[in-house]
Order: sequence, then C-alpha cells, then structure tokens
Amino acid sequence: MASDPNQQTERHGWKWLLSTPALIVLVLAASGPLMIVIVYSFLTPGNMGGVAWEFSTDAWFRVFFRRDIFDPENVTVNQAHLAVLWRSVWLSAQTTVICAVLGFPTAWFIATRPPSQRTVWLFLITIPFWTNLLIRTFAIQEMLRNNGTINTALLWLGVINEPIPMMFTDFAVLLGMAYVFMPLMVLPLYAAMDKMDFRLVEAGYDLYASRIAVLRHVILPLVKPGFIAGSILVFIPSIGAYVTPRVLGGGQKMMLGNLIALQFGQGRNWPLGAALAMVLLIITITALVLYLRAVNRQEAKRDG
Amino acid sequence: MARQFSITRLPGFGAIALLTFVLLYLPIIILVVFSFNANQSQSIWGGFSLRWYEAAFQNQQVRDVSIRSLWLALVASGCATVLATLAALGTTRVSRFKGQTIIYALINQPLMVPEVVTGIALLIVVAFLKVQTGYTGMGYLVLAHTAFCIPFAYLPIRARLETMDRTLEQAASDLYASHFQAFRYITLPLLVPGILAGFMLGFVVSLDTVVITEFVKSAGQDTLPTYMLGQLRRAVTPEMNAIATLFLALSLCVVTLFFIVTSKRG
Repeated sequence: MASDPNQQTERHGWKWLLSTPALIVLVLAASGPLMIVIVYSFLTPGNMGGVAWEFSTDAWFRVFFRRDIFDPENVTVNQAHLAVLWRSVWLSAQTTVICAVLGFPTAWFIATRPPSQRTVWLFLITIPFWTNLLIRTFAIQEMLRNNGTINTALLWLGVINEPIPMMFTDFAVLLGMAYVFMPLMVLPLYAAMDKMDFRLVEAGYDLYASRIAVLRHVILPLVKPGFIAGSILVFIPSIGAYVTPRVLGGGQKMMLGNLIALQFGQGRNWPLGAALAMVLLIITITALVLYLRAVNRQEAKRDG
Repeated sequence: MARQFSITRLPGFGAIALLTFVLLYLPIIILVVFSFNANQSQSIWGGFSLRWYEAAFQNQQVRDVSIRSLWLALVASGCATVLATLAALGTTRVSRFKGQTIIYALINQPLMVPEVVTGIALLIVVAFLKVQTGYTGMGYLVLAHTAFCIPFAYLPIRARLETMDRTLEQAASDLYASHFQAFRYITLPLLVPGILAGFMLGFVVSLDTVVITEFVKSAGQDTLPTYMLGQLRRAVTPEMNAIATLFLALSLCVVTLFFIVTSKRG
C-alpha cells in the first residue's frame, strides 16, 4: 500500500447504511410531507379546513383565476393572488439589488483590510446572520413604528410635524428583508474577493486603466461568482419570507408565504394553500437551477 | 505625490461599508438600550432601570416558553448531531455510489425548501396524526426540529472528516488496531470539534426556528420565538426588548463559542 491514505476512498460497501437513521427522520419530517403537499393540491377542500378525498384541479385553477360566484362561466384572472405573487417576486428582486449595492463595497472593505483585522470584520458580519431573524425584524419594527425611533427623532428635530406612517408598507417589508438578508450577500462576495489575485488589479493600473475601468473590466468579472451566489442566497429566502412580511407588512402587504399560511388558517382552503406552496417551491427550484447553470457556465469558461 | 496610490482603494467604498455596518447594528443597539429604559417607551429615554428584566423574569409565561425553547433546542440539536455524525461517517471518504445524489438531496432538503412550505407540509401530516393517534405531545416538534437541524449539523462534521489527516488512522491500523479501536481512539477524538460545531449550529437554528414551530405546535406549546411573534401584534413594552436582549446574548455566546471551536485547527 504505497498510496497516500489521504487520497484513498474506501469502497462503499455497506457504509452508507450509517446514514439511514438520518434519512428516516428526513423522510418522515421533510420529503414525505412534501410529497403529501403535492397530493393535497389536487384534492377538494373540506368544510372545516382539511380536505375531502376527491380529485380536483380547482385549487390550481384558483391560484391564477377566479370564477364569479353567481355566474360560474364568468372566469377572470385572480387579481389578488397575482398581486401577491408579483409583490413577492418584485420585492425579492429589489432586496437582492439593495443587498448587492451595499454588500459589494462592504465585502471589498473587509477583503482589503490587513489579515489580522479581517477576522474581526467578518465576525461582525456573521453575528447578525446567526442572531434570531425575528428579533432583527422586531428591531426594524421599533425603528419604523409611528412612535418608533425614526419618527421620534424626526419629530424632535422638527423635520416633521406628525409621524410618517412607515409600517405595513412595501417599503417596510423591503427594508426589513434587506436588513435581515444582507450578510448572505456579503459573505459569498467576500469569499470571491478573498480568492482574487490582486496583482491583476495592479496590472490594470499599470496599463493606465482608470479606477472605473479596473472595477468594470477586472474586479467585477473576477467576483462575478460571488455575486451570483450572493444573489441566489438572498433571493431564495426573500421569496419564501414569512416572518418579515408578517410583522412589517401586516395583512395588507402580504407575500406568498403569508398567503399560503392564510389558506391553512382563516382561509380554510388547504388544497389552495398546497397549490400555492407548490408555486413557491417551483419558483425556488427554478432560481436554483438557473444558479447551477450559471455556475456551470462560469466553470466551463474558466476551463475552456 | 501627496498620497500614495493604493490599488485596493475604491473611492466611497469605505464609507458605504461603514454605513452598512452602522445600519446592521444600530437597530439592535437601540433595541438593547431601550430594554434598560425606566419608562414605558421604546423610543424616549427615561433613565436606566432593570425593571423590564424583572418583569420578564416574573412573567410565568415567558419563563415557560423560554424553558420549552431551550429544552427543545437541546434535544433536537442533540438528536440531529448524532444522526448527522452517522450520516457524515457514511457519506464521506467513499467512492461514488448509486444513490449518493439522492442522499445529499434528502439531507439538504430543509436548506433548499422554503421554511413556510416545510411548515405547512408538516402541518398537514401532524394534523392527520393528531386525529388518528390522539397524541398531541412535544414529539412532533422534536421530530420536526431534528429534521430541520440535520443539514446544519452535517456540514461542519463532514467538513472536519474531509480535512482530517488520515495517516493517523493508517498508523493505528498498522499497529494492529481493529476498525472499531481506530475509530474510537483516533477518528472520534479528532472529530470532536466538528461534532461540537454541528451541535452548536443546530442549537442556534432550532432556537431561531419560528415558522415550522408555528405550524407544528399544539395549543400551549409556544416557544420563545412563536410567543414573541404573537406578542408583536399588540403594543409591546420594553419587556419585549429585555426578552429579546437576553435571547440575543444567548445566541451571541453560542456563536462565539462556535467560532472559537471551528477556528482552532488540528
């Protein structure tokens, strides 16, 4: 046996069986229930919540369309659902852009500190990431309320005479999501910059490139994988957000997650909720697939 | 030249970065500061006082939900760590085998599926089981949290296994240690930092989980986050700030420990 043991891989044999306990728990409490959601989306709603075991595509129909109660032939687009769907996608896209605009300089700042300081700055970015999302949302609520920090300060300064209502608006939800998901953009951007060869930047300047030219033609292409990873890491939790829009958006500014939850609560339409959950899952998977394709393209370009 | 040309300097970037840090921390700092406020307000300072901490400690409901949260996080994260350690041992350092992708997909599913979707999926199953079996205990929450913590516990353990120096195990085998002895006396001790890190990640994740708990819990099974979520609807007093501050302090301790454990190499 001359080969380096660190390079060896054992023939798997029955070793994978060690993962069965974990897999059983995951099938019971994750993938199994998910399969049942698919089934439920094709059933008929029960009278008191729950379902009646009759096949129906009505839930899927109602995700996008609605029938007039008095005239079932009269089918119109379900404006309310589409508005929530659109708000979810639009707010998530805006959140991603805000995080990128603030996150890129932040990651650059950390990556260009002396190595001894970097750990501290990184730690400062990581702490909010691991502290409770609900508490951070609560902190934002405290800032935005009518008698919250911002309004109190502005009133005291005499800038305004009465509080600006900021809670329960798209702005509040957007601010909250950008706030809670910011670290998810900074960390992958930093990882990309950390790997970057700064001699290339130097070479750019040696060839009389301006700062903007270096940024556009050297730095941005090099950290693009970080941008892609950060965007997906921000977009996916944003589109599935439940807590932040519930607290900051209230009943008026719902996102998809809240609309789904509503069907299992007051809405009492479990199949519709299941179908809406599937729509959310499809959007998430589409985003992931687009991400993986972008990564593969990048790798192909580098290898080619 | 008055100022040395720095290749890493981009005008305005430092300012934006500092602004980001201020924006990230200011709301949390204000939240903590007003937990020590002497009056009812969360935005007008009325002097230093610990009255809201006292109120929080005397609030029976807050005590109950806090203990439930901690208990659930310890149990779920403990179970998840054991399962994730086994899974990591079973899936690393092996040649590719059929079904490997499926195992990875299953383990990582809770990371990829939006929490609200996992939540309603569990609601459907748990609602059915509650009616069929009549059991409404904490078992559902333990199972749900365990499953959700597995991928978080799995990541650091697997990373540790993959970067471990395997010549040591080889040496043990050369000295006629059995497979079990090599595992017990070499692999496992080396794996401990990864296992600890996995446990702490799982613990923090379970403590944070609000959406899944909200859908799975039965009446009277509120955890600290679901209790807070319920309270946020009404006008809250600085008591909520005090509870949030204590909660933050706990998370901060665990995260700091996590950093210490993972940054020590070898």
